[in-house]
Amino acid sequence: MKKKVNYFAKKLRSPSALNIMYIPALIFFIVFIFYPFVKGIRISFLEWNGYSQNSQWVGLEKYKNLFTDPDFYTTVKNTFIYGVGSTLLQNVIGLVFALLLDQKLKGNVVVRTVVYLPVMISSIIMGYIWYFFFKYDGGAVNDLISFISADYEPIDWLASGDRSVWIITFVNTLQYLGIAMMIYIAGLQGISKEYYEAASIDGAKGFSVFKNITLPLLMPSITVNIIVNIIGGLKLFDVIMAMTSGGPGYASSSISTMMYQVYFVRMDAGYAAAMGNFMFMMITVISMILLLYLRKKEVEL
Amino acid sequence: MKKFFMYISMFLITIIYLVPFYILLNVAFKPTTDTSSFWVPPRQPYLGNFINAWNNAKLAKAFLNNIIITFCVVAVVIIIGSCAAYPLSRYRTKLNNIVYMFCISCIVVPPLTILVPLYKLIVDTTGTSTYLGIILPHIAFQLPMAIFLYTGFIGSLSKELDEAALIDGCSRFAIFYRIILPLLKPITATIIIFVGVNVWNDYTFSVFFLQKPSMYTITVGLSQFFSQFSNEINWVAAGCLLGMLPLTTLYMFMQQYFVKGLTAGAIKG
Repeated sequence: MKKKVNYFAKKLRSPSALNIMYIPALIFFIVFIFYPFVKGIRISFLEWNGYSQNSQWVGLEKYKNLFTDPDFYTTVKNTFIYGVGSTLLQNVIGLVFALLLDQKLKGNVVVRTVVYLPVMISSIIMGYIWYFFFKYDGGAVNDLISFISADYEPIDWLASGDRSVWIITFVNTLQYLGIAMMIYIAGLQGISKEYYEAASIDGAKGFSVFKNITLPLLMPSITVNIIVNIIGGLKLFDVIMAMTSGGPGYASSSISTMMYQVYFVRMDAGYAAAMGNFMFMMITVISMILLLYLRKKEVEL
Repeated sequence: MKKFFMYISMFLITIIYLVPFYILLNVAFKPTTDTSSFWVPPRQPYLGNFINAWNNAKLAKAFLNNIIITFCVVAVVIIIGSCAAYPLSRYRTKLNNIVYMFCISCIVVPPLTILVPLYKLIVDTTGTSTYLGIILPHIAFQLPMAIFLYTGFIGSLSKELDEAALIDGCSRFAIFYRIILPLLKPITATIIIFVGVNVWNDYTFSVFFLQKPSMYTITVGLSQFFSQFSNEINWVAAGCLLGMLPLTTLYMFMQQYFVKGLTAGAIKG
């Protein structure tokens, strides 16, 4: 008996005993992430309405549907606009804002605070606020334009899918721009002043300083921002639900919102799961390729 | 001259960012009968919309649900996350490196992509519209980031602290509890804000898992309210204003914490 106690006491004192401290976390990951992930692959091979006990094995049929479904084609196209559009806009505008607000100007901290404010607000609420702007009847945008030009016919901004997609991209960009901006400001402040001094001695000015010094030294921030924004944009859900619910039809849908519709409205759980897996693969592949490319760029510069 | 343009740009940016809130305030404080343009401020601030929104969107219960869910998720993520990070940061054995990689790879799984099977799991365990049914998945998806941040932070603490305590006869668990834990305060503040804001504003999980009106969170309550009363735009505006008030107010008073917390959360390495 004594020996056993000693054994445990010794075990408890060794560093590996500490490993029990991460077991609760592992249980969470296995139950709520890993297990559903594997289960999702199985569901995507089924014809199943999401509720009943009965389901039928249909093999790869749901994946075949993905490639022949015109709605899904629109959705993928939209998802790319949401992803790539938001990423480009957030980075370009975010960087411009950062360059401006990094200057020694009075009130720059106030402006930063204001730009960052929407990050606090749920994007579903932000979507509704912007709905007040783009709604047809008495919407703020229509009102403003008809105030300026008398013979203006009000437009139902959100009735066209193509337009809605860009409006939603714009709303998403405006809301989360603050994060990209703050990361760029932190990056700019991390650049040693000596580089700029050396450049001015060499006679470099304005844009050439920006291109040859600021941009290369900002590469790590650029990488972070691009990766974060592309992942965020490709899985966009809340704003779309708030502004158009993906409509009309699937015209402004992203893969996420179409998945929601397919699961709860069309009750085709297998198809929804197949979309989820497709989205996972797409996001993983795109963000990995981008990450490798940007990291390579960081080293080159 | 250059300075002048910069100030003009700063002014324009501020305007663009404040206009949505200006419109929101106008709409929220006008009675439904007032059909003047959204750009025109109300002649007299009218509070009826808030009463209607509060009652019809059942915001009192929604606020309570939000508080309960957010508090529980944050508390558990902090406890489990800091515990998990300690061995992963201090004892980098082969096994622990694999475990760490597994944790980090969970960061890149967008919750939406596995929502169908996750929903099935919650339904099978009769977890829909219960606190546990939403809290547990939230914890699982917030934990990876917390572990990542904690592990990085513990790694930056000197190992000599541990060694000195070990020589003094402190057990390894006691080292974590007595020495490491008190030092984790700054990163814990960051994680509280990151996880808190994410969970408070969540819509994706909530709209899937909370289907009973009594369990609605603010975002789900407002979205149901919106589809039900989309003609009463003033009520919706009042509801939105109430819904965004808690976090924006906190943000005003604790700006730098919020910026740090959410920006650290964005940098996933």
